[in-house]
Amino acid sequence: MSASSEPLLKVTDLATHFITRAGTVKAVDGVSFEVARGEVLGLVGESGSGKSVTGYSILGLVDPPGQIVSGSIRLSGRELAGLDDEAMRSIRGREIAMIFQDPMMTLNPVLRIDTQMIEAILAHERVSERAARDRAVEALQKVGIPSPRERLEAYPHQFSGGMRQRVAIAIALLNRPSLIVADEPTTALDVTIQSQILAEMQALCRDTGTALIWITHDLTVIAGLAQQVAVMYAGRIVERAGVDAVLDAPRHPYTEGLLGSLPSAATPGEPLRQIPGSTPSLGRLPPGCAFSPRCAYATAQCRTEAPEVSGQTLGGGVERQFRCHHPLQEPSR
Amino acid sequence: METPVRRFVRAFAEDRVAVLGFALFSLIVLLAVFAPFITPQNPYDLAKVDLMDSRLPPGEQTGDGYTVWLGTDGVGRDLYSGILYGLRISLTVGALSGLIAASLGMSVGLFAAYAGGRIETVIMRIVDLQLSLPAILIALILVAALGKGVDKIIIALVVVQWAYYARTVRASALVERRKEYVEAAQSLGLSSAAIVFRHIMPNCLAPVIVIFTVQTAHAISLEATLSFLGVGLPQTEPSLGVLIANGFQYMLSGRYWISSFPGLALLLTIVSINLMGDRIRDVLNPRLEK
Amino acid sequence: MSRSDAANAIPERDAGSPALRALTAAPIVQLEAVSKRFVKPLDAAARIANWLGAGQREQVVHAVDEVSLEVGEGEVVGLVGESGCGKSTLGRVVAGIHPPSAGRFRYRGKTFEEMNAAERRQATLEVQMIFQDPMSSLNPRLRVRDIVGEAPVYHGLASKAEMGGHVAEVLERVGLDPVFMQRYPHQFSGGQRARIGIARALAVNPRFLVCDESVAALDVSIQAQVLNLFTKLREQLKLTYLFISHDLSVVRHLSDRVVIMYLGRMVESAPARVLFSQPNHPYSRALLANVSSLASRHMRFAPLSGEIPSPLNPPSGCHFHPRCLHAGPRCRVERPVLTELGSGHLSACHLNSPGGVGG
Repeated sequence: MSASSEPLLKVTDLATHFITRAGTVKAVDGVSFEVARGEVLGLVGESGSGKSVTGYSILGLVDPPGQIVSGSIRLSGRELAGLDDEAMRSIRGREIAMIFQDPMMTLNPVLRIDTQMIEAILAHERVSERAARDRAVEALQKVGIPSPRERLEAYPHQFSGGMRQRVAIAIALLNRPSLIVADEPTTALDVTIQSQILAEMQALCRDTGTALIWITHDLTVIAGLAQQVAVMYAGRIVERAGVDAVLDAPRHPYTEGLLGSLPSAATPGEPLRQIPGSTPSLGRLPPGCAFSPRCAYATAQCRTEAPEVSGQTLGGGVERQFRCHHPLQEPSR
Repeated sequence: METPVRRFVRAFAEDRVAVLGFALFSLIVLLAVFAPFITPQNPYDLAKVDLMDSRLPPGEQTGDGYTVWLGTDGVGRDLYSGILYGLRISLTVGALSGLIAASLGMSVGLFAAYAGGRIETVIMRIVDLQLSLPAILIALILVAALGKGVDKIIIALVVVQWAYYARTVRASALVERRKEYVEAAQSLGLSSAAIVFRHIMPNCLAPVIVIFTVQTAHAISLEATLSFLGVGLPQTEPSLGVLIANGFQYMLSGRYWISSFPGLALLLTIVSINLMGDRIRDVLNPRLEK
Repeated sequence: MSRSDAANAIPERDAGSPALRALTAAPIVQLEAVSKRFVKPLDAAARIANWLGAGQREQVVHAVDEVSLEVGEGEVVGLVGESGCGKSTLGRVVAGIHPPSAGRFRYRGKTFEEMNAAERRQATLEVQMIFQDPMSSLNPRLRVRDIVGEAPVYHGLASKAEMGGHVAEVLERVGLDPVFMQRYPHQFSGGQRARIGIARALAVNPRFLVCDESVAALDVSIQAQVLNLFTKLREQLKLTYLFISHDLSVVRHLSDRVVIMYLGRMVESAPARVLFSQPNHPYSRALLANVSSLASRHMRFAPLSGEIPSPLNPPSGCHFHPRCLHAGPRCRVERPVLTELGSGHLSACHLNSPGGVGG
């Protein structure tokens, strides 16, 4: 993460709230992060953490009753929050693309793959249909689909789950976006297929210089893929730093608890270290720090005062941030 | 405590238009129920009906001294009384035929889903046959064969409606049968009867309720049509359809009220039921629930 | 000790551990060459087409293909595989939801035909299943009290009057407040619903639990709670588990023995420690190599090539040969047999047999 060049994406104090009759749900409440060109950011959280809504907010895909109530999203210096639909539509698919957990959210089941891909190209550029078709073939080849020219004429249901996700990734890459937001794209896939896709994404991002925000609940996937990790809890980022810093020496008790509760972290046969309680409902957050009811280190201050973001510069331009009144001490090495 | 019923009522009430429909429907039902107490005349009592009062426009006074706010029809019946009594018949016929058709159709649908194989195929082809014939045609044939009368109409309407329920319940039952809670019940060694009636059936009720509201409106409309065509209910017990039919000949001569007011009453009844039914369908839609 | 060291240092089991007891105990469940086929019969149109010479065939899925397995009392056997491997179907055969198409299933040494009615009922109750989806595994129209209490009352384990007390006891055992029994499933979180599913199974005093991806749909922190609950129940109630999962780290944590399946067939079976340190079958090796772990930073993924074939049309001979780096001519034609590699380690691969992969 070089601090010298301007970041590709700069999100500052983003807040997306859902205003319903039952109350306001603060799905994202004050989230800030940066992604440099070609960097992979892992956005990690459990259900109800707000990670998916963050992704949707960046792409302007939050539907009413949800809306971005405050904050800024700057892509290459250009402000995205508050842009009208027309402007957003020209950016979506060209400068930013999204990959969803279910590839059928991207693919139309009644249209052939070539129709969908050519349509995606022609929506942003004036090229001949043949040129668009060639680009589609090239994209399918890059994601590892055999006999791409023939496969173009197939329908989505004729592909397996893993193949479909690859097609969705190919569509995302078609217009050479500078940023891809991927929302749990491999969660529903088998382990061997997942690792194929992770390998391909890694190579693609390296070759094309595309930045990637990978949203997931699986810390082990992040370990292999990301350079930067941001951990979310109850709508806020509680810790953000380089992947080694977060995974080896977490400063926030939630990150520590999450890492500790993984089965791979425990000795077989011994009980897992569990975090007591469960994630709070976003409509009824506890006062003070949202994690305090479950935190082993919570004090009275934690229960009344919500912690602000504190930063720490580790030298060499590397920084880390966390939200905690009593961050865990660095282990002495 | 949040029972499913309370959750349903709360979701239903979120749509103002549906609540309006419900209010309108409740008013109609109340008027119908209390008809004997709030009408000046019993239109079925032929002794009270005086030919001299016929075709009076709205607002006039009859020979007995009461004001007919909606006018009188061709035989001297006060339309206000006639409409309320007619509503009684329409609502009773609609609701009863709907309930009987629902029970019958649900049993057939559950049985077909449970039996599977050839039996299921045969039953569903009968259902398809029933559904492919036009409702009016079947109803006309049945009523012509069975004769006039409220009970005969109800039979005809049941025969016309049961197939909708059977088909929907069978489809629902097939879906529910694959769900894990049914596998759990099997694993726990519960009897087939317990599984069908305690687990599968209650989860098939949602579409049944939706169909019931829509079909009730349809049945009321069908009954009115049959009566309008002269094969439904007898003249002595006029339903809304009969009243509309009787007034038809007077439409062009300027005595609009004899057909229009019963027609309006029928319209409001059906619209209010449909408004409720729409909202119920949205609320009970399992996809939207997520 | 850093986290990665802890993961690799596997302690010696002590003599009183459930695992060792299991190895010496009698098997509670025995599967002898069990197969489960799903046949989609030809409908009338297809039959007419055949009569005219179309040659359509019925679609047969060999979901489970001649699997032989024994589970000792008190043991935890982890069953691992990817989609189409048949692990869920096998679990349902063991739980009695699907009868096997071929082969024999013995519970405590007897097949269902050999049992009398009382024994059969007892066997049905003793083997229970814990399901995957917290949403659809509970009847949304029943209160928790009825969900958990229905079966015990039906089978006479508790009277109607005792039902409330019995349900309360079971709910406490799984870590839920008994006051919850008045509520409906939709009022609970995913983790709580998972616990209600476990309570429902426990209410009939089972001895053997089949857990079909029971923690797959749960968040990591809730997963840890539920896994600890499984371990606690195992000790308290002396239960035996068949734990079905695609998540190798969970299986490694919980299991005494691990069985790996691919496209309906068992490819490898070994004690957990042996399998994770010395996997033999090429598929097992690929699976283990692809498990992402916290320690693998900036990893270059070395994935397995090819797609998982469809169970409708599996490859001939050894199902795995199209994706196997070591495949030879023999693998294309001959199905490998499970051979013993020593100390309970079985593997089905031609590389282990004298002829090799042929050619």
